[in-house]
Amino acid sequence: MRPLDEKETSAVFEKLFKFVGNNLKNIVENPSHEGPDSNPGRYCFRLHKNRVFYASESLVKRATNVARPNLASLGTCIGKYTHGGSFHLTVQALNLLAANAKHKVWLKPQSEMSFLYGNHVLKSALGRITDNISAGDGVVVFSMADVPLGFGVAAKSTQDCRKLDPNGIVVLHQADVGEYLRMEDEL
Amino acid sequence: MAPPRKKPSKPRKSPKNPKRTEPKHDSSDESEEEMPPQQLELGDDGADSDSASELSSDGDDPLADDFLQGSDDEEKASGSDSGSGSGSDSDDDDIEKKSRAIDEEKAREEEDAEAEMQLNINQESDEFRLPTKEELEEETLRPPDLTNLQRRIKEIVRVLSNFKALRQEGSTRKDYVEQLKKDISTYYGYNEFLIGALVEMFPVVELMELIEAFEKPRPVCLRTNTLKTRRRDLADVLINRGVNLDPLSKWSKVGLVVYDSQVPIGATPEYMAGFYMLQSASSFLPVMALAPQEKERVVDMAAAPGGKTTYIAALMKNTGIIFANEMKVPRLKSLTANLHRLGVSNTVVCNYDGKELPKVLGVNAVDRVLLDAPCSGTGVISKDESVKTSKSLEDIQKCAHVQKELILAAIDMVDANSKSGGYVVYSTCSIMVAENEAVIDYALKKRDVKLVPCGLDFGRPGFIRFREQRFHPSLEKTRRFYPHVHNMDGFFVAKLKKMSSSKPGAKPSETAEEEETTTSVKEKEKSTDGIKENGNVSSEPESKKMKKRKFPSKPSNGLKEKGKESSESEPKKRMKRQFPSKEEISKAREEKRNALREKKRKGSKKQQKQK
Repeated sequence: MRPLDEKETSAVFEKLFKFVGNNLKNIVENPSHEGPDSNPGRYCFRLHKNRVFYASESLVKRATNVARPNLASLGTCIGKYTHGGSFHLTVQALNLLAANAKHKVWLKPQSEMSFLYGNHVLKSALGRITDNISAGDGVVVFSMADVPLGFGVAAKSTQDCRKLDPNGIVVLHQADVGEYLRMEDEL
Repeated sequence: MAPPRKKPSKPRKSPKNPKRTEPKHDSSDESEEEMPPQQLELGDDGADSDSASELSSDGDDPLADDFLQGSDDEEKASGSDSGSGSGSDSDDDDIEKKSRAIDEEKAREEEDAEAEMQLNINQESDEFRLPTKEELEEETLRPPDLTNLQRRIKEIVRVLSNFKALRQEGSTRKDYVEQLKKDISTYYGYNEFLIGALVEMFPVVELMELIEAFEKPRPVCLRTNTLKTRRRDLADVLINRGVNLDPLSKWSKVGLVVYDSQVPIGATPEYMAGFYMLQSASSFLPVMALAPQEKERVVDMAAAPGGKTTYIAALMKNTGIIFANEMKVPRLKSLTANLHRLGVSNTVVCNYDGKELPKVLGVNAVDRVLLDAPCSGTGVISKDESVKTSKSLEDIQKCAHVQKELILAAIDMVDANSKSGGYVVYSTCSIMVAENEAVIDYALKKRDVKLVPCGLDFGRPGFIRFREQRFHPSLEKTRRFYPHVHNMDGFFVAKLKKMSSSKPGAKPSETAEEEETTTSVKEKEKSTDGIKENGNVSSEPESKKMKKRKFPSKPSNGLKEKGKESSESEPKKRMKRQFPSKEEISKAREEKRNALREKKRKGSKKQQKQK
């Protein structure tokens, strides 16, 4: 386990920025109550076996006792590095993203299952959509009951969505909670 | 005309009858039947004729005979009439006879029927008869007759519950129990070891209830993830989806039991979003007993698949630190997945053998430890039927051995002086005494811990004694749960509080010996220091602790000797187990004392000489 170096940190923050925008500050400077002290520590990112973990400092300190081959997970995993060296956010980051998301989309109840199977979001499935989404932004997908279902990349801006035909893709799927059941081994 | 039909008085008849009958008898043999009645009447009539013609009869016998013969015809006629009368009489007799015969038959039938009924009643209420050897051999040849087995099992249970009254002569209780065991293992599919163990633990009627309960699955339960939602809201959402559920019981505020569901309960969007966890009701119990507080440090030594770990995190509200350990690599994935799905962020997942954890995380380092030990699984037969046949005595003993090592490691990790904690909760999903009470008893002997109430009052207290074993009386604070009583999987929970970090190593065993050697090594160092510095105070309490009886009470002349005694007492203590060498030691001591005295003398002599 080691802290991220410059390149890695910038890659991670870039991805996060797409989803949370200026709320990135919240993520980085989140006061954490996990340590035994009453002074809230801070959260930090650590790299371990090609996965990036988001954990509070006190947790990280304690976790240094654990040897490298024996450490499986630390706090929350937010993404991993592929063989090619690019960073992808995984579904486990959803909680973090959903709390700080700038762009949101709400799905109709009938179309929830389709998204949870890994399909893209079509216009016919849209219940609500936040304004001022532009193409290529990160979008967090919710159900009408405000339950976070996953996230993806916007294919079109909000205005274009209105003009789109019902079968057009609005959000390109990147990760959804159904992966916990479908692809548990690959997480 | 003649008064032959007059019936004379009898005295007249009698003398003449013999005369008349004799010749008649001689003459007529053929028609004897008709003759005798007629004879009598003839005789009567003859008497009449005689009486009528006494005067003439004496004289003329042939006339009389003729007369008689004439009367014979008449008599015959009358005889035939009377014969037919007696024939009609005999007809009447026949009917009477027949009716009598019919009545008799009826009576006989009734008797038989009654006798049969009595016999039947007797057979039914007759004592259940144990099958003989021949019958048993026959049975083994045929395919098992299930209804017969079931009937026999029920009969034996009935007999055993009222043994004095219903027992068969010449059969002991043991015979009945043996037959019951065989029948149960054939009917339900248990192996001999397991059914023997169960018979020892439960009375017969309860045993049948338990076995029946093992055949049926327990209801599916789920636990609300309080980090993300509340039980009421979750119940509403699930009911909308078409799930039929109810709150679990009054002892749990987060549990729900599912009766049936239109959608797969493990694949709803709420499940995927981490609002609840599918977990058996018995798995709630050890975490409730542990009662972790916020901002504590907790270790879960056998965490996969993560139901209990996530419950702990929910109770701690994502504060503090949890170390979730799992020994088997394939199970780590499901553990991490569940942790992330339920939104737990205060956990470190590591992959160690539980026994190594104190070295990794440090001794006296955490506030609470949960040990849900790997066990034989005899309490969850309803989930896994293979346990019925696959467990043997060696399996149980192996499990018990591992569990004992793990519980010592767990106790070592806990900080006895923790402000809010200092607790270890030990739980298994097994009902075997060797894996439950015996392990706790071992821990009580090996470490300075004591049992405290779990807070789960609806369970049954654990065994304080079992067959020939006697456990510490505080074991009644542990709790046992059974499927047929609590409608949960078989489970055992115990909560220990660590009083201090000292290790009273009373009995010799592997770890005890290690402790003794390490402490004796320390003692040796201290005592060597003592010899040099005369600081024997520190070594004394150690030595006192180590050997309770054996502190040498001999008067010590000098501090040197004291120090030497303590150093010598160590080989003495180590050689405690070999008694003959005492004499050697005392001899060695004597020699050393003599040597010392000589040294003193020499030294003093030298001094004197120098002077």
